[in-house]
Amino acid sequence: MTRGGEQLTVPPADFASYYGRPVLKPPVWKYDIAGYLFTGGLAAGGALIGAGAQLTGRPGLRMVGRWTALGGVAASTYLLVHDLGRPTRFHHMLRVAKVTSPMSVGTWILAAFGPLAGVAAVAELAPLLPQHGVLGLARRIAPPIGTVAGLAAAATAPALATYTGVLLADTAVPSWHDAYPSLPFVFAGSALAAASGVGLIAAPAAETAPLRRLALAAAAIELGGGHRLERQGLTSEPYTHGRSGRLVKAGRALLAVGVATALVSRRSRVLSAISGAALVASSVATRFGVFEAGRVSARDPKYTVVPQRERLAEKQSATRL
Amino acid sequence: MPHANALYGPLDPAPDAGYEDPPPRMGFFTDTSVCIGCKACEVACKEWNGVPESGLDLLGMSYDNTGALTANSWRHVAFVEQPRSAGWATPAFAGDPDGPAISPVTAAAGARTSTDTGTDPGLETGSPAAAARMSGGPEFLGMPGVQPPGRGSGAEGRTDFRWLMMSDVCKHCTHAACLDVCPTGSLFRTEFGTVVVQEDICNGCGYCISACPYGVIDQRKDDGRAWKCTLCYDRLGVGMTPACAQACPTESIQYGELDELRERAAARVAKLHERGVPEARLYGHDPNDGVGGDGAFFLLLDEPEVYGLPPDPIVTTRDLPAMWKRAGLAAMTMAVATAVAFLGRRR
Repeated sequence: MTRGGEQLTVPPADFASYYGRPVLKPPVWKYDIAGYLFTGGLAAGGALIGAGAQLTGRPGLRMVGRWTALGGVAASTYLLVHDLGRPTRFHHMLRVAKVTSPMSVGTWILAAFGPLAGVAAVAELAPLLPQHGVLGLARRIAPPIGTVAGLAAAATAPALATYTGVLLADTAVPSWHDAYPSLPFVFAGSALAAASGVGLIAAPAAETAPLRRLALAAAAIELGGGHRLERQGLTSEPYTHGRSGRLVKAGRALLAVGVATALVSRRSRVLSAISGAALVASSVATRFGVFEAGRVSARDPKYTVVPQRERLAEKQSATRL
Repeated sequence: MPHANALYGPLDPAPDAGYEDPPPRMGFFTDTSVCIGCKACEVACKEWNGVPESGLDLLGMSYDNTGALTANSWRHVAFVEQPRSAGWATPAFAGDPDGPAISPVTAAAGARTSTDTGTDPGLETGSPAAAARMSGGPEFLGMPGVQPPGRGSGAEGRTDFRWLMMSDVCKHCTHAACLDVCPTGSLFRTEFGTVVVQEDICNGCGYCISACPYGVIDQRKDDGRAWKCTLCYDRLGVGMTPACAQACPTESIQYGELDELRERAAARVAKLHERGVPEARLYGHDPNDGVGGDGAFFLLLDEPEVYGLPPDPIVTTRDLPAMWKRAGLAAMTMAVATAVAFLGRRR
């Protein structure tokens, strides 16, 4: 099927099956998990923007970044617990730490990131406290604590944004597993795009210059790292066809619109908000599209049987040579 | 220091899991050439393990109304009817008229049929197009006919046909993806080298279900936890045979030490080849395969996918080091991109 390392065509769909039934069990994860892919990325991007703003003296943007991180991580925690078959046993995740389980790794990343993001965000409330007394003391010590927590949250944020790519890829789901080189980059870019989008909507206009550059970088990471999604043979099909394919395409189109608008909207508050909304919507569409593509690929025996048959045929021809 | 083959390649799983001086690895050899499709294994498993009822609907695709392995069916007897010779010296129904039983259209309709197994995802519907051309032969017989083959079509329309029956079960892989990805430690490796879910630990995260390359493990809707074959861990501990193997009337399901079963299986394949059944082959017996060999392996009479098995499964965690590297690279890219964006011009 290959010539010069290039996949020529989608292989014929002529394969044997057991009454057309899927070989695999499709993921039981509900849309909670697709939502979490978005909110987790948003939180990570928010923490990075918060830290960047903190270090470059942009207090308005810093506050938006920190609140985005806290909002994202709170939503993430809710979605993750809600998706469990036994939500009251969520803490069983904390009885082991396993590097072979991306979900275990993710649990510990979240356990580190969540409280740090929380502290950093709550420290933003310091100016609301009275000047004197015990609360006055809290008012004075909150900002340095917020600084440390904000930087620490940002240090764990890239792991939070990218481990989810491994989470999906480390499965038997054909379109997810085959996409393992791409998914962390798609999710990293998508995370930065979403958080930049929120910043463009909510932060003071004078402080958003880095966000416009960041949105451009996000698009470069997502499209540069993710272009192989469409080039992994048969298991690319769900990323380009059907409802999942339309979502992925919509994600890319919205990303392009969002970045282009961000670059020209420096003087317009309205255009900035539009670009921000497009970037956030792009991230949502991409996450749900990738999530749905995996489910599609697990449901049809074609995506399991045909690539494995090809692999066997290649092995056999290699041993014959 | 983890074993060099901790994620992939031949390995003895119990010592690798930390057992000192464990008993021999135990497993199943399911010889489908003598399976008669009686489903005693399904029933015995449910009885012994207290597995709930899994739906009583007719699936309309064959004499198989279980459909798939689910959290509520830990053994599943597959049933396939094919338009080809049974392979023995005397063709089946030689001299008797037989003919196509049912159309591909019916098979396609059967693929759309499901039943509430009480589990999630349970019995998924299939691809009608794939069902319609299910067998390797030029025509598909579909569901066994309601009347004797050939009635009404005459001897001219006669085709040969055979029935394939196979009792499927959890494979108890050497490299079990379900166990690798379990975030709570609920899934564990026993001293017998088998893989078991601890029901008091499982919190129903569902990761094992997506990780299994065979589509074995599944989640119960009413209690939210994942369930599958335990290879009767409770019976093994006291030296008893698992319920399904105990109940099997033809010794199609054989239980024993894996090394011995592998020898027995090799001898059985050789004998079948000698007797004129060239299509007999083993599945899951090879420690060099993509999952390091199965603890429960099979003798099949057709390609694995005909029985609903993946032809070349590979444990997903084989690629996990490469996956973490890509994630690390992406994370670094993300941090650098943020730094660069903030270091640029102020406006």
